[in-house]
Amino acid sequence: MFACIFVPNFPMAAVFRAEPELRARAVAIFEGKPPLEKVFAVNESAGRVGIMPGMTKAQAEFCSELTLRPRSLLQESVAHAVLLDCAQSFSPCVEDAAADTALVDLKGMELLLGSLPEIGRSLFRRAADLGLDANIAVASNPDVAVLAARGFCGVTVIPAGQEAESLGSLPVEVLFAGRGSGEEREGKQKQKEDERRKKSECSLATLERWGIRDLRALAALPEIALSERLGQEGLRLQQLARGAASRTLVLVKAPAVFEEAIELEYPIVLLEPLAFLLNRLLEQVCARLAARALNTQELRLTLALQNLTGIDPQLEIFGIPSESDASQDTFQTRAVQSQWPAQHFISGRQSNFCRTLRLPLPMLDPKLFLKLLQLDLNAHPPGAPIMKIHLAAEPARPRLAQGGLFLPPSPEPEKLELTLARIAGLVGEPRIGSLELQDTYRAEGFRMRRFVSEVAPKINRQKAAEEKSAVAALRLFRPPLRATVTLENGEPARVVCSKKKEVHGNVLWKAGPWRSSGDWWQREAWARDEWDIALQNADSVALYRLVHDLLGGSWFLEGTYD
Amino acid sequence: MSSAVVSTSAAQGRPFVFIEEGTEVCPQPSGAELFEGRPPQRAFSTSVFSTPTSKDARLAGVTPASQLAVRPAPEMVSSGIAAMDALTGGLPRGCLTEICGPASSGRTTLLLAALAAATQRGECCVLVDASDALDPQSAAAAGVELDRLLWVRCGENSSEKSLEQLLRATDLLLESGGFGLITLDLGDLPPQAARRIPLTTWFRFRRAVEHTPTVLLAVERQSIAGSCSSLLIKLGLIKLGDRAGKHSADSKFQTPTHAQLLTGLEITAELVRSRMDRKPVRSAEITFASKTAWAG
Repeated sequence: MFACIFVPNFPMAAVFRAEPELRARAVAIFEGKPPLEKVFAVNESAGRVGIMPGMTKAQAEFCSELTLRPRSLLQESVAHAVLLDCAQSFSPCVEDAAADTALVDLKGMELLLGSLPEIGRSLFRRAADLGLDANIAVASNPDVAVLAARGFCGVTVIPAGQEAESLGSLPVEVLFAGRGSGEEREGKQKQKEDERRKKSECSLATLERWGIRDLRALAALPEIALSERLGQEGLRLQQLARGAASRTLVLVKAPAVFEEAIELEYPIVLLEPLAFLLNRLLEQVCARLAARALNTQELRLTLALQNLTGIDPQLEIFGIPSESDASQDTFQTRAVQSQWPAQHFISGRQSNFCRTLRLPLPMLDPKLFLKLLQLDLNAHPPGAPIMKIHLAAEPARPRLAQGGLFLPPSPEPEKLELTLARIAGLVGEPRIGSLELQDTYRAEGFRMRRFVSEVAPKINRQKAAEEKSAVAALRLFRPPLRATVTLENGEPARVVCSKKKEVHGNVLWKAGPWRSSGDWWQREAWARDEWDIALQNADSVALYRLVHDLLGGSWFLEGTYD
Repeated sequence: MSSAVVSTSAAQGRPFVFIEEGTEVCPQPSGAELFEGRPPQRAFSTSVFSTPTSKDARLAGVTPASQLAVRPAPEMVSSGIAAMDALTGGLPRGCLTEICGPASSGRTTLLLAALAAATQRGECCVLVDASDALDPQSAAAAGVELDRLLWVRCGENSSEKSLEQLLRATDLLLESGGFGLITLDLGDLPPQAARRIPLTTWFRFRRAVEHTPTVLLAVERQSIAGSCSSLLIKLGLIKLGDRAGKHSADSKFQTPTHAQLLTGLEITAELVRSRMDRKPVRSAEITFASKTAWAG
């Protein structure tokens, strides 16, 4: 058995998917180059007020209730991908029959998903969840399923052996109603399609002249007489009308690309209205991922920005304000350290602003993603009005986690990610994370990296740790405090620090020097002597680490033992 | 299956039982009924008012939670230093613990020991660092598993700004939950600045951490959380480690004059307040030694 998912009035369905609030209004889609734009598709409400495909845009604009939208091939291609996702969520055996039609092989699915009507209803619901109002037909033959889906609304199940009776009432136009794939074709392919369309129109006109209005009448025509008049094409049409044509599906593997896009009529300036659109895109992407039982670990947001005049294009490429070189350094450092690297680039007349959200674990929560994107955009605003929004999700297998009663407490990854993003907004992105020590004796020989709650368990050294005595810790002054040191016999005898008033006096006790050096083969060579000193504070003795920079000759207070 | 809502009439002081419509109630037979051989009553009614005598008998053994003699004690976890555990019983989960003392009194040593113990138990820990003072080398030497430690570095700008960042970050972390130990390092903050934290903030923290498996640990110069902290440990003056102290006098440890080294510290800890025991705590002191990282 085969199921066909057909989306009637596909360009309109693509628009309604992107803007669901338009469903209740009269809408027409126009295409063409100005000023020769013509109405390409209309919805039922627009048809009721007299708007017809083929009217000029100027004529359509006379209707005040009408909402006009330009045809968006981007939205249509996204809707087509959604249609394939819907089909793929039920079976891997899917044929991409047309831009608005997908066929699913249901062989063996009844044991898994229930009876055929149940499968049909499930397909209908899944398509609705993904934002498409589709007709579903289930039949023993792919072509019968396609014709039934094009001819009957809702869910139709045609039992085996009743194909001709079921299809009999359909008008002959369903045989010729087919939309090519949403992509714009060029050259020979376009010529072939034009020829096929002309042939179809010619055959339809002939059938109309004969008085053949429905498939029952076409199926009843004598075969030989039909082939004498319409040739092989006539016989093919009759086989289709009888539901007797048989073929195998041409299977496609839907690419694991999950992208959604919105082209805006007017540019968006504020982040709040952008959040509404992002929410819609995220929900659509997450619904598609959920339909394929996938999560995502990386979201890429690309905003096409309106070109601002007066900015040096060379600078705009790197997103650098043109004031000074210092800001250039700052930006580059930020881009390297940032977990969400920023990119600006110009494509055509618009400049694009890209943000990438990388997650430590696969997740699927549109609200969480929206919050994270909002926090990121607050920290890194696009800087120009937004014309187009494009969101792509990199699919990943859902994480498998085995819970346990006796596991130590650990934060939920979703909550943790949001908390980290919020704190990063407070203190700055590079100032939160976990530590990684570098293989060097240089001061500050560490780097910050992303904190992940799910760390592989290590060998339990708790017992060994309890047996060890505590290690005296050092508290660092960042940056180190410059000190004035009086030496006696080459050893510090008196220390004064202007930035820390309590560090003032004679050295009570000292230990050192502990000499170290490194990176002498690089520009950032260092060499230093470390002293541990005790100074009398107001009410106590405090221990400090005093450092003598052997290359620069300066003395610094690096920290205090605590 | 029957369900009932037991309540007490405030006006008359008479207990009664509401039975939901259509539910079956099988009251437990009293000892007298069983003795007399009477069958247990079965009721199928919309509302039944039980008699005061039977109700009193049923609630006789129930004690209100507010009158419980022993409140459930919080779970205690190791602070990473055996002597400290012996003094305080460990660090209580779901409570605020304060460690205060002047500079060089061993606060950070204790803090890192607690972090090391928690991370080695497999828990995720946080250090909210008001003055960005953590030395990663010291943390690693103390045995902290750095993968499990989230370090929030406040204090890039002024102390006021860093304090604000610390409080907001702590709020977010407590709300997020799931951490075994959240430590607030206010050790370098001037007491005047630390005292600006309103007491309501500490109450909020205490309320947020209550009934969670998180230990909230604050390190500061002076106690600032008042009665919000369940455990208050005061660290005292330090002495230099024996070996270091004997360098100059003891010929056995004679070293070249140019290479005296600090080997360790002796830390004095005093338990000032503990809400873990019902009887008030009398101040108790211990002394423990710490050694420098290189000493092995």
